[in-house]
Amino acid sequence: MTPQTKALYVFAGIIGLLLVASAVGWLLSRRGADGGGATVQNLNARVRAWWGMVAVLGTCFAIGPIATLLVFAFISFFALREFITLTPTRAGDHLPLVAAFYVLIPLQYWLIHDQWYGLFAIFIPVYAFLALPVLAVFGGDTNDFLERTTKIQWGTMVAIYCISHAPALMILHPDAPPGQGQLLLLYLMLVVQISDVMQYVFGKLFGRHKLAPAVSPSKTVEGLVGGGLAAIGIGTALWWMTPFTPLQSAGMSTVIVMAGVCGGLALSAVKRSLGAKDWGRMIEGHGGMMDRMDSVVFAAPVFFHFTRYWFPG
Amino acid sequence: MIARLAGAGLVGFTRTLVGARAQWRVAPPTGQCLYFANHTSHLDTVAIWSALAPSQRAQVRPVAARDYWDKPGLRQWLSGEVLRAILIDRKREQADADPLAPVRAALDQGDSLILFPEGTRSAERLPQAFKGGLFTLANAYPHVELVPVYLDTLHRSLPKGALVPLPLPLYCNVNFGASLSRVAGEARDVFLARARAAVEAMA
Repeated sequence: MTPQTKALYVFAGIIGLLLVASAVGWLLSRRGADGGGATVQNLNARVRAWWGMVAVLGTCFAIGPIATLLVFAFISFFALREFITLTPTRAGDHLPLVAAFYVLIPLQYWLIHDQWYGLFAIFIPVYAFLALPVLAVFGGDTNDFLERTTKIQWGTMVAIYCISHAPALMILHPDAPPGQGQLLLLYLMLVVQISDVMQYVFGKLFGRHKLAPAVSPSKTVEGLVGGGLAAIGIGTALWWMTPFTPLQSAGMSTVIVMAGVCGGLALSAVKRSLGAKDWGRMIEGHGGMMDRMDSVVFAAPVFFHFTRYWFPG
Repeated sequence: MIARLAGAGLVGFTRTLVGARAQWRVAPPTGQCLYFANHTSHLDTVAIWSALAPSQRAQVRPVAARDYWDKPGLRQWLSGEVLRAILIDRKREQADADPLAPVRAALDQGDSLILFPEGTRSAERLPQAFKGGLFTLANAYPHVELVPVYLDTLHRSLPKGALVPLPLPLYCNVNFGASLSRVAGEARDVFLARARAAVEAMA
């Protein structure tokens, strides 16, 4: 089976799932005069947003790696925009922020396009890390200098560096048949997002014990365990789209799910320390881009390097 | 045709850069409106313009400074053909000329307006004192809805004196408040303070 055929099967499966979800949402919204209440309306908004996201991803796969890179560059852009909007930056931060938005994002994604792995892997953690505070010096404002610089470095690492590891999966095995890298990316996104959805569903159905009430009030132990296991099961069953055996796929899914949970919790704490409940409002029902990508932020680099180490191709 | 395409492109560009999502605190009024907002960046005009619904956008014309928007090239074309801006002179050439004359002409023919009553950009989160033009127009056109608008992040987008003149893409909510009520015989300063407070209340 070629990677293209596999991708078609996967997308057919996703569309099937979304059709079921839309039908369930429609039936639920017909119960009662208020359209099933806020939970059902939120569910339906989420399902509609899912259709949009799947359409974007499907179009990327049809066009090719460059489209995928562009879309992820924009995801990084929107994620950084949300992060910096919530961060109380000052006039003196203008120059490093201009560099982050208009230089670092294009350069990091160009490095993926150029398949320059060595520089891709260290460019932001080394050179941007050092350059951002230097640029901030030109602002001439030393009040809270360390705090301000740290926040910009954090936003850059999270929104650009970490997220860029998802599309970087496409250049992980340059000698693999075309499309194989995109399947790895699809596998990562599917396991992460199914894990999020399953945790939400299991949490709503069986949630009793709060996992971290101060950080993420909607996360429950039951949701985490049930949703995580379900996502690992689905990830294992998708082994045929990856270079992994079923057992290896189970291991990789476990890594992705656990890293995703950690990302969700850590970034939720960051978000709350910035005084917000949602990162933004650009995706209806989901909040902002970062609310949808927080798990990917942690899962993508870990999955990338695990795959690179154990499956060097 | 080209102007309409450029308008759609401008809305898309503005939404991508700064979001510019409309937050209506009350139901949007249907009649002729005068939107008055805090002014902190050159993006303010297109942010409000992009946040309005297409039907509202078709009727609205920004009041803008001639010295910035009438530079030959892209700016002149955008302000003239796409935004249909009303350009006013901030520096009066003749002492007796009425700088509001083109604004009155637009209101007379039923256009809605976007106005920045501070007269100039400020770098602060909260608006400066309002100039008197808003009071004059509010009295002369009592049927026009006076809608306060607050732009929440653009003051951080392009601070004055920035080394590189590129706006930061910060997500901006365009908050629209309830129309200002009219108080018969209200003094100029009281009215202007009340108008400014209506904008500030959404900060």
